[in-house]
Amino acid sequence: MKERLEALKLEAIGKISESHDLKDLQAVKVSYLGKKGPITEVLKGMGKLSAEERPVIGAYANEVRDSIQLEIDKKQAILEEAAISEKLAKETLDVTLPGRPVKHGNAHPLTSVVTEIEDLFLSMGFTIAEGPEVETDYYNFEALNLPKNHPARDMQDSFFITEDILLRTQTSPVQARTMEKHEGTGPVKIISPGKVYRRDNDDATHSHQFMQIEGLVVDRNVRLSDLKGVLETFAKKMFGEDRKIRLRPSFFPFTEPSVEMDISCFKCSGKGCSICKQTGWIEILGAGMVHPNVLEMAGFDSKEYTGFAFGMGPERIAMLKYGIDDIRHFYANDIRFLKQFKNV
Amino acid sequence: MLVSYNWLREYVNVGISPADLADKITKSGIEVEVVEALNKGISGVVVGHVLECVQHPNADKLRVCKVDIGQEEASQIVCGAPNVAEGQKVAVAAPGAVLPGNFKIKKAKLRGEESLGMICSLQELGIDTKLVAKEYSSGIFVMPSEAVTGSDALEYLNLHDHVLELGLTPNRADCLNMLGVAYEVAAILNQEVKIPSQSITASEEKAEDFISVSIESIEDNPYYGAMIIRDVKIAPSPLWLQNRLMASGIRPINNVVDITNYVLLEYGQPLHAFDYNRLGSKEIVVRRANSGEVIQTLDDQNRTLQDTHLVITNGKEPIAVAGVMGGATSEVQADTTNILLEAAYFASGRVRTASKDLGLRSEASSRYEKGIDRNRVFAAAMRAASLISEIAGGKVADGIVEAGKREVNTYSVKMSVSRMNNLLGTSITAEQTAVIFDRLGFAYKANDDEFEVTVPSRRPDITIEADLIEEVGRIYGYDRIPTTFLLTEARPGGLSLSQSKRRNIRKYFEGAGLFQAVTYALTTPDKSKQFSFNGQKVYPITVAHPMSEERSTLRMSLLPQLLEVVQYNRNRSMEDIAVYEMGSVFVNRQETLTDLPEEYVFVSGAITGLFNEHLWQGEKKGSDFFLLKGILEGLMSELNLSERITYEAGQIENMHPGRTAVVKLDGIPVGFVGQLHPAIQKELDMKDTFVFELNASSLIEAETNQTVYNTLPRYPSITRDIALVVDKELPSGDLFTVIQAAGGELLKEVNLFDLYEGERMEEGKKSLAFSLKYFDPERTLTDEEVVAAHDRVLKSLEERFGAQLRK
Repeated sequence: MKERLEALKLEAIGKISESHDLKDLQAVKVSYLGKKGPITEVLKGMGKLSAEERPVIGAYANEVRDSIQLEIDKKQAILEEAAISEKLAKETLDVTLPGRPVKHGNAHPLTSVVTEIEDLFLSMGFTIAEGPEVETDYYNFEALNLPKNHPARDMQDSFFITEDILLRTQTSPVQARTMEKHEGTGPVKIISPGKVYRRDNDDATHSHQFMQIEGLVVDRNVRLSDLKGVLETFAKKMFGEDRKIRLRPSFFPFTEPSVEMDISCFKCSGKGCSICKQTGWIEILGAGMVHPNVLEMAGFDSKEYTGFAFGMGPERIAMLKYGIDDIRHFYANDIRFLKQFKNV
Repeated sequence: MLVSYNWLREYVNVGISPADLADKITKSGIEVEVVEALNKGISGVVVGHVLECVQHPNADKLRVCKVDIGQEEASQIVCGAPNVAEGQKVAVAAPGAVLPGNFKIKKAKLRGEESLGMICSLQELGIDTKLVAKEYSSGIFVMPSEAVTGSDALEYLNLHDHVLELGLTPNRADCLNMLGVAYEVAAILNQEVKIPSQSITASEEKAEDFISVSIESIEDNPYYGAMIIRDVKIAPSPLWLQNRLMASGIRPINNVVDITNYVLLEYGQPLHAFDYNRLGSKEIVVRRANSGEVIQTLDDQNRTLQDTHLVITNGKEPIAVAGVMGGATSEVQADTTNILLEAAYFASGRVRTASKDLGLRSEASSRYEKGIDRNRVFAAAMRAASLISEIAGGKVADGIVEAGKREVNTYSVKMSVSRMNNLLGTSITAEQTAVIFDRLGFAYKANDDEFEVTVPSRRPDITIEADLIEEVGRIYGYDRIPTTFLLTEARPGGLSLSQSKRRNIRKYFEGAGLFQAVTYALTTPDKSKQFSFNGQKVYPITVAHPMSEERSTLRMSLLPQLLEVVQYNRNRSMEDIAVYEMGSVFVNRQETLTDLPEEYVFVSGAITGLFNEHLWQGEKKGSDFFLLKGILEGLMSELNLSERITYEAGQIENMHPGRTAVVKLDGIPVGFVGQLHPAIQKELDMKDTFVFELNASSLIEAETNQTVYNTLPRYPSITRDIALVVDKELPSGDLFTVIQAAGGELLKEVNLFDLYEGERMEEGKKSLAFSLKYFDPERTLTDEEVVAAHDRVLKSLEERFGAQLRK
């Protein structure tokens, strides 16, 4: 009887290994281990055995059963894995095909530049002040130390609407308005970005409408050296940590002393190239210490308070940063132009 | 201002190269825009002596010359200039020489005759045609006979010089002359200024016997001085003088005129030389012109004058427009022998008005406009008289005939060293300050911390302490000012709520697929009033002097400009466009603008063509009304305003009458969304274009509740679907409103999931299917409750709209 069980075991294992799919394997399982299977048959004949043989054969029969079951389990695992692999193989995609595009626009490059500058000054404790684009002559000129017939008004030919109302030629009127609101008490620490307008013919470097960002700090003990510190931080953040700055004396009616800030050329690092016109320096912005007249007109005591102001053109900064050669691109809004500033 | 480096060295010991000088001047406050080498790369041009000059055998217009250029044999050179002649000294570019533009001279054959180089005109030597004196403008340049044959010709023309072009800010008109520049450079380099000498041996004749001077208004003309110089001989100026004028951008005319220009450049004092014999009287009267009075100016133009213009007259008629231009009748000519030299101070406003009205800007007028040094008027007159007598051989009559006041008093400004250091962030000592004032040539009284500075009359820009602080600071050097950080108390920066909402709105539209555009605020009067404010009682805001009709009027809508963007892109074969803009519009409700107009921030957009496309999957999403409305709905959700926004069919000019919704916030219109009117689309050659315009200011200002957390549902919801048949015209929005109201508290969500208007429907009817979700956060709903609520909904729908359940 033991031989018979041994033979059954070998036979079953043979069938198991010949099974090619789970269905075959199930059939093998039923035929050997089922209630009507040969092992059950063998066990039914156990009654004929002696009392000594019976437990031995019984135990052996169970052993055979277990080992067949084990083989079936092993085979099943293998077959299942194969089935999964086969399924996965059928499902394979060409992952190099393009994905379904998600429509996404982006900001105008001028907005990006303005936002970057805003964020920098916000991080330094500035707030953003805003004002009307249509202004009074008083805030646009007079409050900024540019009385009527001042020769410097020559520098800014303006779009007047009436004798007293015009499109602002600078964002400085916002400074005058903000200082006024402070009623003679500091600190004032603002930047004012916005659109401004001048009577220029539009060409590659001029635009009758453009943007400006101006900054203003008024408090006790504000020094030109502080202005230098703030501008240096700005230059390094916008144009790279290696930038050096240089202040040159200049003239603006609303500041005294007045300066212009140059940065060392980011293209050639000061050796001289076409961007910096061989000078190694690029003019970035105008600045200065707020003129006492401007402080006084806005209600600040110029003996007690000092301040600095600076102003820059986002168009110029964007043109320098991205190598844009014509200011009119900003206002034509060619989609092929706008698309290029996804990552800025 | 063009500054000749060589000329400048006559007044200051410079000692550094033109480039280094330019760098130092720039750093100290006057931007040197260009340093130009006058030789422009020329090499190998020498002085030649024309030994022989004969007609070219084969060409009428050419001459064959034998020219000694200092070599063993004379060179044969073919020359086409009409003025070439035997015995002349000329500038010769021999083979191997280089002319401006890297033009290399080679041996050549001209009509069969060998030519070893060329005889040069001034233009060929790089001098601008408009600076070349008339006698040489169409021929070669003839050098002075003492020029040494074979030597460097550029030496005689001062072409080894450099010219520094100064970009002067309006406050530094003092540097519109060589002496002013000399003071500046002397301060920078710590050198002395050498004042030019002027020595006049006056004749026995008295100027006052020849002329009398009177001025009508001391305000218009604070000072007028006249000198008389007799027996001058008009001739070309000596070469050195011509060279300096040309380097400064002025064309040589004749010795007397050149000297007035030379002194103008040197002292900044405009001078005018009249032909005394042609004055027509023995008096000078300065007065306002009579309106309509006519004068023929030096350029032979007849000019009609106004009573705001100041004129020099001979007592009867104008002989010059004061400070602007002389008259033709009294012009110095070749036969002039007696000169009246005018040195005056005219009010800048008078000169500016005349110069502007007549369209005449000259070296003189621009200096008067910016203000000249009144205390130099007399010195300049003496300098010019001395040069005229020296160069043109005249006899200077004794005295200067004057009217008005020759000089003005100086004033002083105080400056404290400690306040200076507080303002600059420096620690400059009083001793250093004194040294700097010395270098600037400013006289002062020092008293410990305080300086009282007498401002030189050449620097009227200095009026307050800060001006002196700037002077000290810039000479001290801005690069020596330390870099510090603000001592102001630290306060948080940050965006205002409105500013951050505006940023969110922009980000939202970009995330939704739209590109941000920035367009001009000025547009045409017609476009300015289209869309949002059309039909309202508003008045266009037009600028007084527009550059063009296209840019004359402030916009009241962003859409006309955005449609231009669409057109611009379509003209460049981009058919699929999605753009938005956020910007101000300007609204004027006053008939005459006395107060500032209202300004609102608007946000508008336009989409056309394909909105999105998945090429290889063959999936496309075209622009349509509901796409754009969906984008707006998303925005309202972003702004936490969804519940308060409604969309109602509306009529807007230029919009499709059946495809336009007015957007309302709490029942008040804040914008619209829809399709452009097909007629407009056709006119603009556009495909179906969908646009929106929203008053972002209103959306931003709407107060919204702070977000509060709702407990997550712990009990199941029950969903019931209904399909309704209603009249085709009934807006679905009305159904939503009624369903929501009738469903009550328990009805938490209503979604439309089907719309059918096809042929299986009864005429004039449509079917809408809604999914209704009932839910109570506190407990599980009973079937009865839901049935009751749902029945209420169905009943209300039937009562209000006769809605039937679809079978």
